[in-house]
Amino acid sequence: MMALNIPKNKTPIAEQEPEIRNHNFKEVVLGYTLEEAITESNRCLQCLTHPCVAGCPVSIDIPGFILSLRKNDLGESIKILKSYNNLPAVCGRVCPQESQCEGKCTVGLMKDHEPVAIGKLERFVADWAASHEEIEESPQLVESETKGKVAVIGAGPSGLTVAADLAKRGYKVKIFEALHEPGGVLIYGIPEFRLPKTIVKREIRAIEELGVELEKDVVVGKTLTPEELKDEYDAIYIGTGAGTPRFMNIPGTNLNGVYSASEFLTRINLMHAYEFPKYDTPIRIGKRVVVVGAGNVAMDGSRSALRLGAEKSMIIYRRSEKEMPARIEEYHHAMEEGIEFHWLTNPIEYIGDENGNVKSVRCLKMELGEPDASGRRRPVPIEGSEFTIEADTVIEAIGQTSNKVLLSAFPELKLNKRGYIEANSETSATSVEGVYAGGDIVTGAATVILAMGAGKKSAQAIDEYLGSKKKA
Amino acid sequence: MFEILEKKQIVPKEYDMWVKAPRVASHVKPGQFVVVRTDEKGERIPLTVADFNREDGRIRLIFQTVGKSTYEMSKMNVGDFLADVVGPLGTPSEVKKHGTVLMIGGGVGIAALFPVLKELKKLGNKVITILGGRTSDLVIMKDECAEYSDELIITTDDGTAGIKGVVTDGMKMLVERGEHVDYAWAIGPTIMMKFAALTAKDLNIPIWVSLNPIMVDGTGMCGACRVTVNGNIKFACVDGPEFDGHDVAWSELMTRLKQYKDQEKISLEKYLTEVGEM
Repeated sequence: MMALNIPKNKTPIAEQEPEIRNHNFKEVVLGYTLEEAITESNRCLQCLTHPCVAGCPVSIDIPGFILSLRKNDLGESIKILKSYNNLPAVCGRVCPQESQCEGKCTVGLMKDHEPVAIGKLERFVADWAASHEEIEESPQLVESETKGKVAVIGAGPSGLTVAADLAKRGYKVKIFEALHEPGGVLIYGIPEFRLPKTIVKREIRAIEELGVELEKDVVVGKTLTPEELKDEYDAIYIGTGAGTPRFMNIPGTNLNGVYSASEFLTRINLMHAYEFPKYDTPIRIGKRVVVVGAGNVAMDGSRSALRLGAEKSMIIYRRSEKEMPARIEEYHHAMEEGIEFHWLTNPIEYIGDENGNVKSVRCLKMELGEPDASGRRRPVPIEGSEFTIEADTVIEAIGQTSNKVLLSAFPELKLNKRGYIEANSETSATSVEGVYAGGDIVTGAATVILAMGAGKKSAQAIDEYLGSKKKA
Repeated sequence: MFEILEKKQIVPKEYDMWVKAPRVASHVKPGQFVVVRTDEKGERIPLTVADFNREDGRIRLIFQTVGKSTYEMSKMNVGDFLADVVGPLGTPSEVKKHGTVLMIGGGVGIAALFPVLKELKKLGNKVITILGGRTSDLVIMKDECAEYSDELIITTDDGTAGIKGVVTDGMKMLVERGEHVDYAWAIGPTIMMKFAALTAKDLNIPIWVSLNPIMVDGTGMCGACRVTVNGNIKFACVDGPEFDGHDVAWSELMTRLKQYKDQEKISLEKYLTEVGEM
């Protein structure tokens, strides 16, 4: 195959130096230049099987957008991207490409070759489009007759996707958001240095320009009841996210200085605590920070702690490096920035000082036993392995469970064993007619792109449902 | 944006405001609160809804200036807009016909007690109210509480009104004179609620308290407001704010309330310097 002479490695991308970036909240990855992006696009084989597309939860025509980019037709390239994905600048930055499109890439399967940097190319095209907004065609709004009214609960990735797709199909859509800013996890969870908020705001503005209406400060279940929404709208989509933090529930959990990652990151990202006192919301940061868990949220927490001035930021994880759920790029960035990893380590107690502040973490060493329900080897405590790590801030990043605020106000809605909404995996339909649900409130904490994928399918299903209802 | 419709200072450092918030006004129940953000750089602070008018779509907020956010709010005037008012949040009070209820309020907590008391009276309870404060002038809403109470007892530290003493003295006095109390509520400073709960325990009275821990989102998303109740972690914003007073881990709550003492001081001093009051 001719293509064998393509460069083995991805075109390098500019990044802030680790020892500089771990003191600021600016974006780590700086992005490709046009020249670099075209060079990288030439690594794509344009293979006929394009397995990358199957690896994408929203089935983006990846070879198509890359081919247009290669031809330097960026207007066409963004059009292709946007026809599949309403948030390309976000996905280019936060998708776990290594287990999706890039994981399937034909180039990556060749000996010693890295896959095409699909995520970085997507980001490049989306960022280019944002700085050339006049090129983007203004969307065609269906003004006169709408096909129906749809309420979307939650302005996170899945809700925004449903809203945009239905607006494009001619529905009148209104999103109700509980917080004071739309974006969900993109705003309160993922830090600025990984996903600048201006980018999220820009992509949300584009969705609003499709005619989607957004009302903040509405907690459905409290500010409005599901009944009221059912009366006013033809269909409802629930995308409220996973939304309530889990705690280790070990002694000392309520000491001062012990945070859930949700609180720690919400203070920083949504409330701008890293700009205190310019912004009013404070955060406490100690000299030595321990983060419990090794997912993306844990990486975000430990890296944010460094940026806030912690001298040492450590991650402790009860399994080993191999089972770590974080995106590989975040793990690498965290290591470069000096995060210390303690594998096979589990906290059993937080010890406080006389003022109720956490001062250390008592831990056990673990070893891996037989595989558990998740298919990963189960961590088992090693007897007599107890030891203590000094820490004045602890952040628990061990996952979430479903938030009950909406669910308890909507008892007809059937839940699954884990307490999430039961929804059809193809249509996102719930047990209540006309009510659909997707994203983390159905799957439990997952990724931005999976939530968007659910949103896409749901928009299709809602369109079909309302279409058939009209005919009937 | 939420317009301030009425505002007055009721005592030094305490303000009484009516705010246009139709969705909150049409859904709120006694015992619930809202989260308020004054402006784009503001904190999210929880404030109990002191009263509401569903027809006019307005809610009443009574607050004390303790930190930067409440100081800033106290400087706002009729016609100004609060950036955010979200709610009603939290689980409503368990208001029903209990028989005789004892309503204990202190400080700005009297404002949070008022809607619960009013509703309990409407439901046909015999309402005995004890309001406490340092001195007579600091005991707010005396007349309004009296209107919905069968008996109103005032306690003041300096004896300028009512019984010279604290609210627990009022509680003991009632029981000593043979009053049977089916349920009590205590809302006020944490230390007052703690001692009211301890006294209620001695007197064998079940008691609700309304906790005011530090919150961020107010919808169960972050866990900042976690309190230990009966040995379990509870989120005051969704599981509360009212809990069984006998089950609350009081000293932990008081420690957690001091968590941002240093930062709160920095923020307030910066603000007071900016407005020329430092």
